[in-house]
Amino acid sequence: MGDMTIRPEDAPVVTHEVTESEVLAHTPAPGGERDLRITDSTLRDGSHAMQHQFTEEQVRGVVHALDAAGVQVIEVSHGDGLGGSSFNYGFSKVDEMRLVAAAVDEATQAKIAVLMLPGLGTVHDLKNAHAAGASVARIATHCTEADVSIQHFGAARALGMETVGFLMLSHKAAPAKLAEQARIMVDAGAQCVYVVDSAGALVLSDAQERITAVLDEVGAQAQVGFHGHQNLSLGIANSVLAYQAGARQIDGALCALGAGAGNSPTEVLAATFERMGIRTGVDLGEVLSAAEDVVRPFIPRLPWMDRASITQGYAGVYSSFLLHAERAAERYDVPAHEILAKVGEYGYVGGQEDMIIDIALQLAEERHQLVELGDLAGIGVR
Amino acid sequence: MSTTRTTGTAAIVGPGNIGTDLMFKLMRRSDVIEPRYMIGVDPASDGLRRAASVGLRASAEGVDWLLAQDELPDVVFECTSAKAHEANAPRYAEAGILAIDLTPAAVGPYLCPPVNLDFNLDAPNVNMITCGGQATTPMVKAVSSVVPVTYAEIVASISSRSAGPGTRANIDEFTETTSEALRVVGGADRGKAIVILNPVEPPLMMRNSVFCAIPAEAGEPGELQDRVLASIHAMVAEVQDYVPGYHLRADPQFDHARELWNGSARVFVPIEVKGRGDYLPDYAGNLDIITAAAARVGDLMVAHRLGVASTWKSSSELGDVPDPLVGAPAGAPAGV
Repeated sequence: MGDMTIRPEDAPVVTHEVTESEVLAHTPAPGGERDLRITDSTLRDGSHAMQHQFTEEQVRGVVHALDAAGVQVIEVSHGDGLGGSSFNYGFSKVDEMRLVAAAVDEATQAKIAVLMLPGLGTVHDLKNAHAAGASVARIATHCTEADVSIQHFGAARALGMETVGFLMLSHKAAPAKLAEQARIMVDAGAQCVYVVDSAGALVLSDAQERITAVLDEVGAQAQVGFHGHQNLSLGIANSVLAYQAGARQIDGALCALGAGAGNSPTEVLAATFERMGIRTGVDLGEVLSAAEDVVRPFIPRLPWMDRASITQGYAGVYSSFLLHAERAAERYDVPAHEILAKVGEYGYVGGQEDMIIDIALQLAEERHQLVELGDLAGIGVR
Repeated sequence: MSTTRTTGTAAIVGPGNIGTDLMFKLMRRSDVIEPRYMIGVDPASDGLRRAASVGLRASAEGVDWLLAQDELPDVVFECTSAKAHEANAPRYAEAGILAIDLTPAAVGPYLCPPVNLDFNLDAPNVNMITCGGQATTPMVKAVSSVVPVTYAEIVASISSRSAGPGTRANIDEFTETTSEALRVVGGADRGKAIVILNPVEPPLMMRNSVFCAIPAEAGEPGELQDRVLASIHAMVAEVQDYVPGYHLRADPQFDHARELWNGSARVFVPIEVKGRGDYLPDYAGNLDIITAAAARVGDLMVAHRLGVASTWKSSSELGDVPDPLVGAPAGAPAGV
C-alpha cells in the first residue's frame, strides 16, 4: 500500500452526467408499465448454494425461463462476483465469462448484470464482462467502505453500462451512515443504490428506515433497491416494506437459491406484489414454472432456515459463509453454528471466508482442552 | 566517491504517515543510514514539522529543492504516488541516487528483503510491492522453494482505519501488483490477490491468508510435507528479524488433493502482522511491514554500496518496545 495520494486522474471518468429522466427511462416510473423492477440473482447469489458449479446448460435454462417470464434483469457471476473463483470462495466449474456470454445469447429482452467486489474483482474483469455482453454493473462494497468503488463506477459508466451500487451487510450501518455511503456511490456514477441485507439480519422497520434514509439522500439522482435474505424469514416482508418506503428495484432468486437460508424467492415476490396490485411486469405462471420446473430439479438442496442459517441472521453474519462453515465444521469437528456465532462476534465482513478456518481451529483447540480437563458437558456431551 | 565513509544519507520524499514512520525506523534501526532530508510540497504539513523537530532538513519545495542541494543523499525513499515516482525516478537515476519506491509505480524490480534482495543489491531503483506483497510473497517463496506452486492466492484483511485515500482510490493497483508479485517474487506459476477492508472496532490486526496449490504428495503427512513446514517456519523467522509483529496465527493447514483443484493439494498459511507502533498504531501492521521492509532494504543496499557491514538492529536486539518518544499522534486516524 505504498501509494497514499489521490491523484486528479483517479477521479471517475463519467461520460455524461446522470439525469433523473435517464435513470427513470431504465426503470419503473409513475405512469409506466411497471411499479418496480425485479432483478433475479439465481445465477449469482445462487452460485453460493451451488458451490459455484453452475453449468452452461443450467444457465441457459434459467435465463430462458426468466426472460420468458418478463424478468428484466438477470445477474450472472460467481457468487462472490467477478473474479471470485478461488481457493477462498470456491472455484467455478465453468468460467463465469462463458456463463455471462451464454446468458446474453439466451436473453431476448432481459439485460444481463454482473456483480463485482472491489478488492476482489478489478476494472479488467468488468471490461471482460462488458465484452461478453453484460450491460448492468453491480458494484458491491461493505456498507461503510463505498469509496473503494469510485474507480469502478467511473469505469462502468465509461463502458456505457447501467450501474448499481450494493451496500453489503447494511444492518451494520445506521441509516444516516448508509445514506452518506450511498451518496459516495451516486456521486461516483451509481444510478441506483441497494440496501443489501447480506446477513438476512434486518428486521422489518430496520430495512424500511434504511431505504427511507438512502432515498432521502440520493432519491433526486438515483433509484434505491433492496436485496433480502431469508435467514430470519423476512426477505419478502422486508421487500414489501422497502417498496412502500420508495425502493423501485428489488432482488430475488428462484426457489430462494442463494447464500444462507437463501434470497427472497423471485416467484414469491411476483405473487405477493401481484396480490397487492403492484405491477412487476413478471408473469406469475411463467415464473412459478421457472422455479418449479427449471431450477428445482437441478439444485442439490433447497436453502432453508436451519440452526446455522438462523444463527447467521441473528448474529449478522454474511450469508455465503454458511457452506464454508459447514465444511470447516466437518473437517475440524466443531459445530457450524458455533463457528458462525464467532464470525458475528468478531465482526468479520463479506469476503473474509478465510477467517472461518481460524475460528474452527480455535474452537477445536478449546474443545481439545475441555476434553483434557474431562469437561464432557463443556463439549456438548449430555 | 569517498572511500572512507561508513554512513550514507537518506531523503524521504512524501512526509505523510508512511514517510514519518519510515524516518523513525531508520533513526532507530540503522546506523548506516542517516535520514537527512524530508521533502514535501505543503508548507503546513505536520510531517515536515515533525521531521524538522527531530533534526532533519525539511522542505516543502519538492524534489527540485532536493536535487539542488550541494550534498545529495545516497538514497531516496519515495512515499508519494506512482505518478510522482514515475516523474522523479529518471531524475534520481541521473543524479546517481538509489531509489527505494514505496508506491505502486514499479519502475524497478519488486523487492522483498528475505526473498530477492541478494539478486538486486546493485539495482538503481527497487520497488517495495504492496503491504500485502511484503506479507505474503515470503510465504509463497518458502513453499515454492521446496515444491512447485502452480497457483498462489492471498487474502489480505486490513482495518479500514489503516487504508488511506490513495489505497482506496486505487484498490485495483493493490490486487494487480500483489498478484504479479506472487508470481515474480513468490515463484508461483500464477497468482491471485484479494484485499478486504474491515471497519470493526477495535481495529483488527492485519491478517493475511496464503493458499498455495502444491503437489498431491505434499498434501499428505511425510518427509516432503515436513520440509515445506520447515521452510515456512524458517522464513517466518527471517521476516521477524525486521518485522517483529509478523507471526503465524495458527499452524499451516494441509488439505488433501482434490479433483476440483486439478488434482493439487493445498497448504493454507495464516499470517498476522502486528505493527510495531513506531509511529502508527499497532493494528496498522500493513503500514509497518512495508516501512520496515523499505528501511531494511535501504540499510543493506547502502551498506553494500559503501562497502561496510550492515549494523541493522534486529528485533531481538531492540526488544519489542516502541520508542516512547514517537508514539502515534493522539486521536489521529492511521489512514494515510
